[in-house]
Amino acid sequence: MNMYVRNIRKSILDMMYRSKSSHIGSCFSIVEILYTLYFKVLNIQGSTYKLEAKDKFILSKAHGSAALYATLAERGFFSKERLREYYVDGGSLPGHLDMLSVPGVEVSAGSLGHGLSIGTGIAIAKKQECKSEHVYVLLGDGECNEGSVWEAAMLAAHLQLTNLTAIVDYNKFQGFGKTNEVINQRNLNERWLAFGWEVIEVDGHNIEKLEEALKAVQKGPKVLIAHTIKGKGVSFMENKLEWHYKSPNDQEYLLALKEMEDML
Amino acid sequence: MRNAFIHSLIEEARRNKDIFLITPDLGFSVLEKFAEEFPDRFLNVGIAEQNAIGVASGLAISGKVVYVYSIIPFVTMRCFEQVRIDVAYMNSNVRLVGVGAGLSYGPSGATHHAIEDIAIMRALPNMTVCCPGDPLEVRQILKESVQYQGPMYIRLAKSGEPQIHSNDTEVKIGKAIVVCEGEDLAILATSNMLETAYKVTCSLKEKGIHCCLISVPTLKPFDYQTINELINRNIPIVTLEEHSVIGGLGSIVAEQIAESGKGVKFKRLGIPDSYSHYVGSHVYLREKFRLSENQIITTLESFIYKKTL
Repeated sequence: MNMYVRNIRKSILDMMYRSKSSHIGSCFSIVEILYTLYFKVLNIQGSTYKLEAKDKFILSKAHGSAALYATLAERGFFSKERLREYYVDGGSLPGHLDMLSVPGVEVSAGSLGHGLSIGTGIAIAKKQECKSEHVYVLLGDGECNEGSVWEAAMLAAHLQLTNLTAIVDYNKFQGFGKTNEVINQRNLNERWLAFGWEVIEVDGHNIEKLEEALKAVQKGPKVLIAHTIKGKGVSFMENKLEWHYKSPNDQEYLLALKEMEDML
Repeated sequence: MRNAFIHSLIEEARRNKDIFLITPDLGFSVLEKFAEEFPDRFLNVGIAEQNAIGVASGLAISGKVVYVYSIIPFVTMRCFEQVRIDVAYMNSNVRLVGVGAGLSYGPSGATHHAIEDIAIMRALPNMTVCCPGDPLEVRQILKESVQYQGPMYIRLAKSGEPQIHSNDTEVKIGKAIVVCEGEDLAILATSNMLETAYKVTCSLKEKGIHCCLISVPTLKPFDYQTINELINRNIPIVTLEEHSVIGGLGSIVAEQIAESGKGVKFKRLGIPDSYSHYVGSHVYLREKFRLSENQIITTLESFIYKKTL
């Protein structure tokens, strides 16, 4: 088990336990994706606490903010002490993203279906300035219900943006239940293909495969359909809708912590 | 005003390579010259307003000054949440340029009218709201908008509006403009009502009523100093706008009078709290809402001579 990945999950667990906030399952499903981006893929320069990402990352499913904060702190964008400021009175890390909160948060977000449009705009600007930098946008599978996602998908494909990559966190759950039962999107892969995107299906918890897929050369916009497990890493949270909402109580916290430590 | 806008934007774009223009497929026969001269800085994103605003925000946080042009309801309300988060909350240098103030789109119907836009846009923190009243105001606001920091909404009329101000008039974002002085009545007009307000002022002068006419091209940040001076002079005040009486110029002035602690005779002229189900030209619809020149004169005469309760 990768030490950084374990630390990120532990940070998320701590943040959720302390703040009693929702979305721990949505955070756990994207940990390997965020780790791969911030430790293997993004061009990040500078020294600890003075880092600057040359490539842009947008967490469009911003209810997974705790996972991003934990990853940014693990990577050295800011001190891990600041994670205690998540979702609490007088804190500095809101439940959804505010670009003025901490270094590394590039875009404010929290309402679904905004990130791919913003990412498309940034990709257009970078292309126009002939910069080799890349833009990555992480979407939820439920988020793909939003029509605006497909407005952006159409434009990015029309402009053949080779510097734009979307990642869909296909954890197969959303607000009221299984995504395919709420509203069918079983053929997500074909939908993106039909919109003119290159599609790679990948195990969203396999760092090697994620890195390979993210670094694969693209002739237009590319999307990773990352098959993930909601609540990944804690046995009793995996694939359970309730962990979209619940936060761990004392007993659950200790159990989850023990599982994480046993995995080392 | 559309022509004043696009000509000024082209002039500014020649000097500033960061200027970018986006349209969700509107502006046929208006935007072509810009597109031809600056093909790399013009983008028709297709009929997709939410995406247009998100893309604009992405460009703006990459250092561009982005103008998004469409008919008012589509560039403000169709994509309102993108405007709220991606533009206002993120405080990005996006300029929403809406054409068709008030009832300008006349017979096209209420879907194309803009009677709630000022109220909606001015409720957004960080948003500057400009409603130029003649082509000179458009040109000068556009010029200032290039360097201006933060998001802006620029409300344009349509086309053919005459210039009211003299060429040397200074227009500054956040400042009202005294067009002429008078002690009997103060008329505050914004956006496409400036021309009518000017004609009304001239007609009343012939009748011996001397109006102080003030053009209000910026509704946010508002020029409270000018209003306070009128309140202190105890001049009856009338606001004139082609917008709902809820939330626009009339509301702003009413709030200021109420909080001043001083009483002053006051009336809002605008569109009552209703959509137009009438069919007809801009001129015809104005008459239906008692906003024609002659109707306003009648209203104002009775307002002035009516004794304060």
